[in-house]
Amino acid sequence: MTTFVRLPDAQLLPHVLTYRRALAARRRQTIAAMIVLGLAIIAATVMAEVDVLKLVANFTNFTSYLQRIFLFDSGPYTGQLVVLHPGLGTDDWFWGLPKWLKLLGETLLIAYLGTAIGAAFAFIFSFYAADNLGKSRTTRWITKRLLEFCRTVPELVFALIFVVAFGVGALAGVLALAIHTTGALGKLFSEVVENIDMKPADGVIASGGSWTEMVRFGVLPQILSNFTSYGLLRFEINVRGASIMGFVGAGGIGQELLTAIRKFYYADVSAILVLIIVTVMVIDVATEYVRHHLTGAGR
Amino acid sequence: MKPASPPAPPDVLRTQALQQRPALAVAYPQIFAPSPWRRLLTLAIIAGALGLMIFAVWQLDFSWSRIWGGIGKLGDFVTHMFPPSYGNEARLVLYLKALGETLAIAFLGTLLAAIFAFPMGFLAASNVVANRLVHILSRRFLDSIRAVDTLIWALIWINVVGLGPFAGVLAIMTSDFGAFGKLFSEALENLDRKAGEGVTSSGGNALHRIRFALIPQVIPIFFSQVLYYFESNTRSATIIGIVGAGGIGSVLSERIRENEWPEVAFLVLLILLIVAIIDQVSSRLRLSFIGQRNVTFS
Repeated sequence: MTTFVRLPDAQLLPHVLTYRRALAARRRQTIAAMIVLGLAIIAATVMAEVDVLKLVANFTNFTSYLQRIFLFDSGPYTGQLVVLHPGLGTDDWFWGLPKWLKLLGETLLIAYLGTAIGAAFAFIFSFYAADNLGKSRTTRWITKRLLEFCRTVPELVFALIFVVAFGVGALAGVLALAIHTTGALGKLFSEVVENIDMKPADGVIASGGSWTEMVRFGVLPQILSNFTSYGLLRFEINVRGASIMGFVGAGGIGQELLTAIRKFYYADVSAILVLIIVTVMVIDVATEYVRHHLTGAGR
Repeated sequence: MKPASPPAPPDVLRTQALQQRPALAVAYPQIFAPSPWRRLLTLAIIAGALGLMIFAVWQLDFSWSRIWGGIGKLGDFVTHMFPPSYGNEARLVLYLKALGETLAIAFLGTLLAAIFAFPMGFLAASNVVANRLVHILSRRFLDSIRAVDTLIWALIWINVVGLGPFAGVLAIMTSDFGAFGKLFSEALENLDRKAGEGVTSSGGNALHRIRFALIPQVIPIFFSQVLYYFESNTRSATIIGIVGAGGIGSVLSERIRENEWPEVAFLVLLILLIVAIIDQVSSRLRLSFIGQRNVTFS
């Protein structure tokens, strides 16, 4: 058994006081943080025009909306659950499937092309932005700020501007995704490059290789699997992004969804949402499989 | 390598390296003669990726005339953007109010999502609720919420509470509920089991285990994730106005449609500034609250 020896009171007192003081200081800090948080909540509530009464009064709208999109509201099946008639006939749930699948395919192609173009630029920029390979301080600084700009401006803002410049259609969506992807992947890629083992790169330089040869033979083999993994992750994100590009007229299935929501074609809303959700989940699972395979077997 | 030895002339190094080559080629056959199948596979993947790109360009109907025309117009817009300007005083007030709305949407949306997702995370964590069915159902539920974009949620909420920033708050809350639920439950599943076992072995019940073993470990991780999402929601809240759910996006999309490029540039700069400020503030907060601990986002 351990025996506890209690310090004499005179010796103990200063410790007790210090402990109490530390505790009180901490409590004061917590209270101050709570007050700041409370004030921020009040300010935000006023700013965002939060109206709890309206929410409570209209909350049935939300539940009934969710109900209504799963019921037919016209045609011979009025009032029945959509899942009872999932066919392709004119009155069925997926009556528009051929058209929607085409738009969904367009969405995937927009995401793919945006990711591919963005990844290509990010690939080039990452070597200029990385601290260990970047040619000069100025190039590094400029590249980094450029990438920051590309990823901070939301892709939908780019899409809005491009729709005015290039006209309504997939081109604007692809370019918007590509720019955003360049910024996001450029940062991740350059961080991968900064974490490589420099010995192979030094070896290539020491044996007379140029900067390009150093990147090709000393750096590239080390980073390729990580780059692919990040690229696939970004593709996953871009599929979600491409599904709403149509909201501003930049192609894909978003336009159709917006029309269905705005015009209250309830059954269409749920059909398109189901298609989007299933596609996103399939893409998620597929890319995750490939990524695990890459990081597991690639090293 | 001895530091004192003088560097050998390059051609000596070269002859030495060439002498070693046969031995190395025997030792590492797959590097010096990669299997033709592997090479073929690599080429096939590259060809497939390029082929798909060409197919996409063809299918999405890109034309050179459109691209060049667009680039010309874009150059025009950019020249008109300088110098950025806020128009008049009344508009500046409007923009600042919209900016405040954006921040309020991001803040309240993230906070509400975190509050609602907190219990959900426990429900979806397999080490808290051991029932497999509950685990699978709650995960699928959260995945479905996550798969629907914030902007789509905004459109749905506009039907409920009308146009305005409140719909934006609710939209961010809903989509982040899905994200937080997943992140929280994964954080719980990755915790150190020992603390929980300690509580159980000293006679604590399941609630004691959650309160004294899981929550203290997981709070810093949650906090850091919430801050990270607040940062990213500041970006989402800038565009949520495009569909009419409040914030700076509504004025921005109006100005773009009206071709008011100096004001567009001003608004974009405002967005960049506020995002930079929020990033700074949140990384300060994160450091002061959890120290230098690394938090993983899976």
